[in-house]
Amino acid sequence: MKQKHRRMLYRIIAASVLTVLFALVPAESGAYGKPFKFLLFLVPYLIIGYDILIKAFKGIVRGRALDENVLMAIATIGAMILGAVHTGDFEEAVAVMIFYQIGELFQALAVERSRTSISKLMEIRPDCAWVEKDGVLEEVDPDEVEIGTVITVRPGERIPIDGIVTGGSSSLNTSALTGESIPRDVFPGDEVLSGSVNLSGVLKIRTTKEFGESAVSKILDLVENASSRKAKTEAFITRFARYYTPFVVACAVMLACVPPLAGYFAGGDPELHEWIYRALTFLVISCPCALVISIPLGFFAGLGGASREGILIKGSNFIEFLASAETVVFDKTGTLTQGVFEVSEVSSCGLPQEKLIELAAAAESSSPHPIAVSLVRAHGADIDRSRVTDSEDIPGKGVVAKVDGIPVAAGNGKLMEQLGLEYPEVSWHGSVVHVAVGGKYAGNIRVSDTIKPESRRSVEDLKDAGIKKTYMLTGDSEPTAEHVSGQLGIDHAYSRLLPEDKLARLEDIMEELDSPVIFVGDGINDAPSLVRADVGITMGAIGSDAAIEASDVVIMDDDPRRIAESIKISRKTMRIIRENIVFTLAVKFLFLGLSAAGYVDMWFAIIADVGVMIAAVLNSSRALRFRPLEKLKTDEKPAARTESETEETPGLPGAQIVSSSVRSSDSGTRSR
Amino acid sequence: MKKNYKIEVDCANCALKMEEAAKKTQGVADASVNFVMQKMSVTFEDGADPGAVMKQVLKNCKKVESDCDIEL
Repeated sequence: MKQKHRRMLYRIIAASVLTVLFALVPAESGAYGKPFKFLLFLVPYLIIGYDILIKAFKGIVRGRALDENVLMAIATIGAMILGAVHTGDFEEAVAVMIFYQIGELFQALAVERSRTSISKLMEIRPDCAWVEKDGVLEEVDPDEVEIGTVITVRPGERIPIDGIVTGGSSSLNTSALTGESIPRDVFPGDEVLSGSVNLSGVLKIRTTKEFGESAVSKILDLVENASSRKAKTEAFITRFARYYTPFVVACAVMLACVPPLAGYFAGGDPELHEWIYRALTFLVISCPCALVISIPLGFFAGLGGASREGILIKGSNFIEFLASAETVVFDKTGTLTQGVFEVSEVSSCGLPQEKLIELAAAAESSSPHPIAVSLVRAHGADIDRSRVTDSEDIPGKGVVAKVDGIPVAAGNGKLMEQLGLEYPEVSWHGSVVHVAVGGKYAGNIRVSDTIKPESRRSVEDLKDAGIKKTYMLTGDSEPTAEHVSGQLGIDHAYSRLLPEDKLARLEDIMEELDSPVIFVGDGINDAPSLVRADVGITMGAIGSDAAIEASDVVIMDDDPRRIAESIKISRKTMRIIRENIVFTLAVKFLFLGLSAAGYVDMWFAIIADVGVMIAAVLNSSRALRFRPLEKLKTDEKPAARTESETEETPGLPGAQIVSSSVRSSDSGTRSR
Repeated sequence: MKKNYKIEVDCANCALKMEEAAKKTQGVADASVNFVMQKMSVTFEDGADPGAVMKQVLKNCKKVESDCDIEL
C-alpha cells in the first residue's frame, strides 16, 4: 500500500469513528439543536471530503461542471444543507463521502494489485550485466552494454542480453521464454536468448544485440504495451460514460424542479425538500466509475492471465476477436508439423546407402534449408567442408557441388532434368532428393516432416472451444496435404500454394465469413497472412523480430494447443466483461428508478454504487485466473507418432514434395 | 514518433479524461492511456518537439484532473 493510500485509509477511519460518535449525540440536545450538530459533523465531513471539495471547486472554476467530484460535492453539500434546514440528518452526507472514498481507495488498490501480478511475470527483467574490465568483473546497466561486448553470466543469474556463447558450457532454464521446463544445454558457439536462467556453469557470452533489441526487452515491451490497442467494448464504454453522467444529472435537475412545480401549480404541497433529496440521491448514483474501471481491468486481467500461460496478446481488441472467431487457418509447416525433416528411406543404385547420404549431405552441407539439415543429421558425423568445392545453390531445384573432386548433384526432379539425367518417378508423401554422382543418376533419398504430437489434440481443443471450421494451407502436394489434414481432423486443406497464393486463399476465406478469422503460422514466410488475418498467431517465434512484429498473438512455446487456450481465455474474459457491464448498468438503473420513486435513500444509493463497483472489480480479477494447460502426458506423445508411423510407413505425415514452390518458400529457412 | 511516459493517476475515469486532454493538445497526433500499467503513449505529429509538447500535455491534463502526474 502506498503512502497516499494509507493516508486515505486513516482519513476513512477517523471520519467513520467521529461520525459514529457524533451520531450518539441526541438530536434534540437542548438549545444547540441543528446548527450545533451541523458544526459537529462538519469535522468528519471535511476530514474525508476536503480534497473532493477542492477538486470540485477547481472543476467548476475551469468550467467542467460535470465531473464526478463536482457531483459528489453537490450531492453531499446539498444533503448537509437539507439536514441543517430540514431533517437534522447529517450522518448521511458524511457517510456518502466515506463510502465514495472507500470505493476510490478500493479501486486504486485493485489496480495496484493486478499491476503487481503482471510485474511478477516481469521478473524476467535483468537488472545488470557483468562485464570484465582489466581482469575485474564490473556491474553494468544492461542498457549500456554495446554489441560485441563479452559478458559473464554466473550460475543462478539471468542472461541479460542476447548473444553467442564464447566460453564455458552450462544448462539453461528457458521456461520464461518458451515455457519449456527441460533445461537446454549450451556450449561455445550456441546462440542464447536473454531471459533464460543460467543453471550450472559460468558462461562468457558475446552480445549480438543491444539490450533494447534483446528477446527479454521485446517480451516486456509487448506485455506492458498490450492494452494500448483498445477493444470496441472499451471504446463503447468511454462513449457511454460521456452521455450517462449528463443524462443522469439532467434527470436530477428535472426531478428537483418539475414535480415540486407541478405540485405547486396543482395547489398541493410542493414537497420541495423531498424532491431535492431524491435529486441529490440521483447525483450519487451518477458516477460511471464502476463501469469505467471494470472494463479495462477485465481486459487487463485477461491479457495478464494469458501472458502467464506464455500467450502474449498484443491488445484488448484481439481478445475480442479471439472470443468471437469461428474459423482457424493453419499454415502447415512449422505449425502443425515440426518443420524439421527426417530421412525416412533411401534407395540407391549401386552405391552403399551410407555413401549416398554422405555425398548428398556434403553437397548440401552449406545450405541452411531444413531438408539439407536433415541430410547432414542423417549422415551423423561432421562433414569436412574442405572436401566440398564449387558448391552452387540452384534456387527451387537443389545444389550442385564437387565432393572430393567428384561432381555431385542433389535436388528435385527439375534439377535432374536440367542436368539431362533420367530419374524414376517416386510416389512418396514427402520430399524426394534425387542424387547424381559423377554425372550419373545414383539414387534418391526420401525425407519427411513429422506432425507435432500436440497437433491432433489442438484441433480437437479448437472444436471444443467453439471453432466451427479449420483450414490448412500448404505448398505441399495433395497427397501430403490430405494425409496431414486427415490425421489431424482438419476440415479443408489447400495444397500446392505459393506464399502469395496463401494470402489470396486466406482473403477468400475471410471474404465468405462475417466472423473473425485466426491465422496461425510460424512467422517465417507468412508475415503478410499474419498481418491480414483478424488475429495472426505465431508460435515458438521468440527471437524472430519479424514474426513478433507481424503477429497479434505470440505463443512463446511450440505447443499448438495454446491456440485453443488463448480462445478460451478470451471467451472467459469477454464473458466476465459482459457480466460486469450488464450487472453494473442493471444496478445503476434499478437504483435510479427506486430513488426517483422515493424508495431508496442516499445511504442505499452510495452503498449500491460502491458495492457494484467492488463486485465488478472482483469479478474482473477472475479473468486473471485460468487453469493452466496440462503438460501432455508422456504416454500420449509417442501414441500420436507411432500410430502414424506404423499404419502407413511410406506415408509419414507432414511429408513434403520438393517442388520449386516448396523449395523456395514453404519450408523456408527455419533457424533453430 | 511515438513515446511512452509513466503517469500517475488514481481512477479509471480520470485516465480517460487525461487521454482526451492529451489528444487535444497541439502537436499530438494520437495518445492512449493505459490506466492499469500507468502509462501514456503519445504519437507526435511530424516536426513536433516532444519535450515542449509534453509540457503542454501535462498542463492540459492537470486542468482536467488536478491529481495526476506525468513523468517527463
